[in-house]
Amino acid sequence: MMAIASEQQTVDLREPSGWRRTKNQIATVGMWIAFVVMLVPLGFVLFTVIAKGASAITWQFLTNSTIPVNVLPVTYGGVGPAVVGTLIITGFASLIAIPLGVLGGVYINEYGGNHLLARVINFFADVMTGVPSIIMGLFIFTIWVLHFGYSGLAGSFALACLMLPIVIRSTYEMLRLVPNSLREASYALGATKARVTVTVTLPAAIGGIVSGALLAVARAAGETAPLVFTILVTQTTNANLFSGANTALSTLIFQNATQPYTGAQARAWGSALTLIAIAFILMIVARLVTARFARYDH
Amino acid sequence: MEQQEQKVTAKLEVPQTTTAPVPPATEANKIFDAKNVSIYYGSFRAVTDVSIAIYQNEITAFIGPSGCGKTTVLRTLNRMNDLIPSARVEGEVHYRGASLYDKAVSPTAVRRRIGMVFQKPNPFPKSIYENVAYGPRINGIRKKGQLDEIVERSLRQAALWDEVKDRLNKSGLGLSGGQAQRLCIARTLAVEPDVVLMDEPCSALDPIATGRIEDLMQEIKSQYTIVIVTHNMQQATRVSDRTAFYSVLRNEKPGASDTRTGVLVEYGATQQIFEDPHDSRTQAYVTGRIG
Repeated sequence: MMAIASEQQTVDLREPSGWRRTKNQIATVGMWIAFVVMLVPLGFVLFTVIAKGASAITWQFLTNSTIPVNVLPVTYGGVGPAVVGTLIITGFASLIAIPLGVLGGVYINEYGGNHLLARVINFFADVMTGVPSIIMGLFIFTIWVLHFGYSGLAGSFALACLMLPIVIRSTYEMLRLVPNSLREASYALGATKARVTVTVTLPAAIGGIVSGALLAVARAAGETAPLVFTILVTQTTNANLFSGANTALSTLIFQNATQPYTGAQARAWGSALTLIAIAFILMIVARLVTARFARYDH
Repeated sequence: MEQQEQKVTAKLEVPQTTTAPVPPATEANKIFDAKNVSIYYGSFRAVTDVSIAIYQNEITAFIGPSGCGKTTVLRTLNRMNDLIPSARVEGEVHYRGASLYDKAVSPTAVRRRIGMVFQKPNPFPKSIYENVAYGPRINGIRKKGQLDEIVERSLRQAALWDEVKDRLNKSGLGLSGGQAQRLCIARTLAVEPDVVLMDEPCSALDPIATGRIEDLMQEIKSQYTIVIVTHNMQQATRVSDRTAFYSVLRNEKPGASDTRTGVLVEYGATQQIFEDPHDSRTQAYVTGRIG
């Protein structure tokens, strides 16, 4: 097009049409589809568990002793021992795995440098993350249960093996994100390395570390395979972690859900909802705790 | 002729410094005495053969083009370079008569006496109060009353008290750039160091915030010894008593492994460096002819 020299030419600032705009639309639609596809199974799982499990939930269901898997309807028996078992077994597993895992992550990132030991731990944490949970159960069965018998403690060990690499990796990744300028500021005031780590680096990363630890706890609480080999089963509450067979919600779900009886199946759904509720409460508590730690990062 | 003119212009640019004439440099008020210091990062020699003495209650400015090693030398004075695994120092650095790089010397003890303010303001993600109280706390001060006193004194010294006294428990990250840098200065002063090293403390700040920090340096220099790295030559003329000019020495030898290294070209009273430089390289730099 010929423009007259004296006239100022208007600049075209409109969005260029054509392929670029089309690409944007395709990508946007694609993201929405991915979002919905991801949300549907998640929502469906929650909906199903609530729909089938809510009717089973009563105070008596949550606290009563379990009964042998049989034809009795869901109003008989409860999941009290399994709730207690899940809480103490997962709790003790967390007590082992979280401190060890955080220390491991701190070692790799803050102290290990390029040392062989740090690289070896990092490598094995990576490998262990991929080990199937049933292997952990068999491992503890072989080295512990065969010698000392079934107990909640054995279950805790198995779950701790599962949690440890997750906690190490997440701690390590979070510490890597802490800017070096913060560490330097602390060193420049005459802080020792331990002081820097405890008072500056760890607090700066605490939000992410708690999230990572929590993911590990939630995963462990839902694990069935490592417990099947390590805690056996019991009908009454066994608050003693260190001796005697124990039970957990996940194994209870497994036993009941594989039965043809409607009562047992209803018990399985009720247990499933209870387990989800426990994980949910745990998440909320951890979020509150993290928010308190992170109230100065903005 | 042309050179002569530029020298005159440079002279005119130097503002009237309010500081008293430079006190005589004597052995007694020598804080740092570095002799033939070379600093390596791995096999790379970042700084070669620097010898410099720094005197008590003075502000010493390090100037020079990028990559000339002025920050590296600064970080050698409180052993911050120890934190870089590949860094290595050759030569002698004496601080008040003690050899800084002696095997028996603890870098922690060194840094408690020789504080540092960094280029980018780096407050901790803690409250303003906790930022300032951090240093005293790690030095074992626990009493609330004593900490309150130190926090107020340090924030006043850093000319920040009036702006933050009503929000001491708010995050230090919520401050503006200039305020955050003054918070970092207050944090450094809270441990009552002997020396404050400043690594381009104003490079991220606007002229007003820069002016406040320069005023603050003048106010505290009667109690501290300050070494400042700056890219801003006007700043060096405004605040410092002595100036060290560093430059990059290029090794033109073909196949040489160290192709460039930082050297100390000239060191003297600030007025002399800017008005009557003895080295042609200093002259070229301070008159703005080369970078």
